[in-house]
Amino acid sequence: MIRLFDRWTLDAPLVVSIMGLSLFGIAMIYSAGQVHVPNPVTAEAWVRQSVWFVIALVAFTVMSRIPLRWIEWAAVPSYVVSVVLLALTLVIGEGRGTAAGVKSWINLGFISFQPAEIAKLATVLALAQLLSQRSSALTSLRDLVAPSALVALPLVLVLRQPDLGTAMAFGGILFAMLYWAATPVWLLLLVASPVFGLFLSAYPLVWSVYIVGVVGFLVLMRYRLFLFESVMVVLANFGTATIARPLWNSLAEYQRNRILVFLDPEVDPRGAGYQVIQSKVAVGSGGFEGQGFTLGSQKRLDFLPEQHTDFIFSVVGEELGFIGTAVAILTFSYVLVRLVRMAEDAGSEQPFAGLVLLGIFGAWLVHIFVNIGMTIGVVPITGIPLPFVSYGGTFLFMSWVAVAVAVRVANERP
Amino acid sequence: MNLDVHHPQELRRRAFGAYIAIALLMGVLVFSFFRLQVLGSSTWELQAATNRLRTLPIPAPRGTIYDRNGRIVADNAPGYSITILPGPRDSVRATLERMAEYVELSDERMDELMATLRAYGREVVVDADADFAAVAALEERRGDFPGVYVDMRPRRRYQMDEAGGHVTGYVGEITAEELASDAFMAERYEPGMVVGKIGIERFYEDRLQGSPGVRYVEFDARGRIVGDFEGVEARPAEAGEDLYLNIDMELQEWIHRIFPDTLSGAVVALDPADGGVLALYSAPGYDPNAFVGGIADSTWIRLNTDEGKPLFDRSVLGLYAPASTWKLASAGIALDLGVVTPDETMPDPCTGSWYWGNRSWGCWDPAGHGYNNLAEAIGNSCDVYFYQLGLRIGLERLLDRSTEIGFSQQCGVDLPQESQGVFPEDPSYWVETYGYRPTQGEALNLSIGQGPNSQTPLKMAQFYVALARDGSAPPPRIAKGGPLGDGWELNLAPDHIASLREGLRMVTAPGGTAHFGTALEYWDVLGKTGTGQNPLSVRGLAEDHAWFAGLAGPPGEPPEIVVVAIVEYGRSGGQVAAPLVAKTADFYLRRKHGLPTDTIQTYLEHILTGPVPEWYRERFPPQSRVRTRRGPSLPIAAPTEPAWLRPPGRRDTIGGPGLADAGARRR
Repeated sequence: MIRLFDRWTLDAPLVVSIMGLSLFGIAMIYSAGQVHVPNPVTAEAWVRQSVWFVIALVAFTVMSRIPLRWIEWAAVPSYVVSVVLLALTLVIGEGRGTAAGVKSWINLGFISFQPAEIAKLATVLALAQLLSQRSSALTSLRDLVAPSALVALPLVLVLRQPDLGTAMAFGGILFAMLYWAATPVWLLLLVASPVFGLFLSAYPLVWSVYIVGVVGFLVLMRYRLFLFESVMVVLANFGTATIARPLWNSLAEYQRNRILVFLDPEVDPRGAGYQVIQSKVAVGSGGFEGQGFTLGSQKRLDFLPEQHTDFIFSVVGEELGFIGTAVAILTFSYVLVRLVRMAEDAGSEQPFAGLVLLGIFGAWLVHIFVNIGMTIGVVPITGIPLPFVSYGGTFLFMSWVAVAVAVRVANERP
Repeated sequence: MNLDVHHPQELRRRAFGAYIAIALLMGVLVFSFFRLQVLGSSTWELQAATNRLRTLPIPAPRGTIYDRNGRIVADNAPGYSITILPGPRDSVRATLERMAEYVELSDERMDELMATLRAYGREVVVDADADFAAVAALEERRGDFPGVYVDMRPRRRYQMDEAGGHVTGYVGEITAEELASDAFMAERYEPGMVVGKIGIERFYEDRLQGSPGVRYVEFDARGRIVGDFEGVEARPAEAGEDLYLNIDMELQEWIHRIFPDTLSGAVVALDPADGGVLALYSAPGYDPNAFVGGIADSTWIRLNTDEGKPLFDRSVLGLYAPASTWKLASAGIALDLGVVTPDETMPDPCTGSWYWGNRSWGCWDPAGHGYNNLAEAIGNSCDVYFYQLGLRIGLERLLDRSTEIGFSQQCGVDLPQESQGVFPEDPSYWVETYGYRPTQGEALNLSIGQGPNSQTPLKMAQFYVALARDGSAPPPRIAKGGPLGDGWELNLAPDHIASLREGLRMVTAPGGTAHFGTALEYWDVLGKTGTGQNPLSVRGLAEDHAWFAGLAGPPGEPPEIVVVAIVEYGRSGGQVAAPLVAKTADFYLRRKHGLPTDTIQTYLEHILTGPVPEWYRERFPPQSRVRTRRGPSLPIAAPTEPAWLRPPGRRDTIGGPGLADAGARRR
């Protein structure tokens, strides 16, 4: 029996903990629907999530039987298809519910889905394909151009929706996979430097000090980089500093508010700042032990924003207290550790497997940290769901497909 | 890819790095939750599980408005507001009905409040300016009024009352239409906020409006305030920016005091140095304080049905035929174009009428004025001279130049509303309006200030600023600050200016039509009278409108103030409007030069209350009398006492002590 289970899961520790998280999610979605003034949509959400969970398990079972070679073969086509879908989303995309302004859904009539969720996994596979075919390590900026461009394409499309949270997940994928491909860390930091510069450019003085630091570092590293590359890094930094303002102006009002509110929660205390404060009140009143499952008072009064999706963790905090949040965070940590462990086990003989695992790791790390962090104001509100716990069919389904791919690539020995 | 190109331990090191990253990020999360849920739980917990946290705005005080001397024109006094939170419809309605016992609340107002509550789903101000009795009553019975709270809120207070209502305007609660409009940006304005509605308050709304603060308040399930929430600190409100005006508040009040009680009209005083508006007065006025916190229905009806139209700002909205005051514009344009020199006379003398184009064109004075040079023509207001001048300018050029000066536009003053002057921009005006092509004869009419020409008192004042300067006129500006626009310019040489002013001087010099009412002890007053026909006066049903446009300053120095007054149905500019201008200028200049002010100012007032004053003989020796070409000068007969000088109905027109006292003081 146990052996049968092992053979079904391929990696019992990972799959069991994720199944636990999924069931926990359904329970919390159920609880999130228990409010004083019942709303039929949120009250029934847990049923739909359960159905999706079953579908996801079937998908997992099927997907985890697919030979690795097929996955490798499908990597590039699925990437192309998902990029096309993302581009299509910009044209025919629809918004949903409270995030009606974000055109991220494609409606096929009988089913709606978010191409960005598919694109994440497809990008992981395509990038793993690209990186595993290299014969040497990535040691210069020029080596990073192709991988970066491969991720930048879907990232920019997602950003155009505009879905900042998912775009960040693509960033996580790129950096985790480049990291696993033995790219020197300082090189990664150089690649990331224009993004830092983008944010620092709001403070010209800080930015000036920063750019001097970047140039100084490039001078130190002059024997490891081509002059052309160093110049490109500096130019890119100036470039992002230049576009910072137009870019800022192009952001939607609510996105700007969210960033401003993160920098200073009192900027918009009656709008975005209010969400964080309400969430903090809920989490804070949970205390050590919590108010009890389904008994959260802030939640019951429906004061929490998006309490069955993006802010599900506030319900966890209010009802299960610090015990609940700590256990949940530790479980997520275990899942992440397990992914790295599997990558480590795949070793250098199976570079594709390791890279895929780290790609999934990168995406989930961003999702988990940003989603949980935003409920207590540690990171800005970006509207990013919590894997396996937040309500959402496509997301749960694709997350489980990712699990299937992860256990498949990790367990097929060449 | 071959990862072995690195150190054999590379994979292990990378994995270790990843573990560190997980530990750090997840550690941050666990620590943050620990701090919030275990260490800080008490501050974040609400006092009762059913309580709810709400944000309430802290109203921001509006910026204070000061006059040119730093006196407060508008500030804030402490006041109370009553606010209600959204809740179940029936109970909110019941609460409002109970409240109607203490607060004035009509059924329509209640419906409106219910609608607003539903539309915005947030607290709504029931009474932005509640009186203390109502507040005390509500506070005593707090249990009966769930979801109702009383707040301190700054209340706008206007110091000038009726004297300055038209300039300051007033504030009021923002309406749904205003909220939806682009003028009030959604990021900044919320329902219940108090905004400028009209006047300076409206024009400088952006600057005067502060940003409201926010406090976090815990409410219990019945909607009663439990207390301020500990977890988040309140953000204090930021007061709006202060505003400094060019207006001289005491001058404005002075004009209000001397303006004939029963008559309507406007007085505009500008500083020729920079176009600053020293006073902008429209009579009758209204008290802006009546609008603060919502105007009472009875007051509103009274203001709207009053025959004097007190809500109508005549100084910038009233359009009047400028009549003879416009002759200076003809003269200025003619000099600018070079079609006349100051000293030449027109070929045809004035015989009381002039024959041109198959018809006779009359002068106002059938006795005629003979040969006049420019100054004399202005002094005599000789129509025949100006007919000929108008022909020399030509219709097209007259229209072009007048358009450039802006007689068909607004001045661009810093007020939310201003009438556009009426003046043809080109000959097509006649085609479009009257259906015929204009002949040069139109130039004759226009050059004496008749024809399709209506101007606001402010516009005429701006024109006279050009005469007080070097021919240039900056746009009038009420609040201090840089120029509002380029203004315009007439190309006038110093001797042109001198000649125009000489013409103005003849009006106010001994023998001139406006001498008695404008002769002052310390200041030279130059000016031009005007008798504006209006629809009623044309039919003989009422008097003409009385204009006077004047410049004043210390003798022998450039003018320091330009004043234009119009008194509706005041008949003669010299009798009614001119003394208003002189008394306004005298009050301003005396204070500016540190002299004591007096209520007995003009020569006319002096001789009506006592003997001919000493200064008069010194300033106007007999030889200074103007000699006109047509013979003897106007007799200095004791003028009849004008009706407006007769004292007092409700308010003493001349001043506090009244005429009798003034006479007594002189003995």
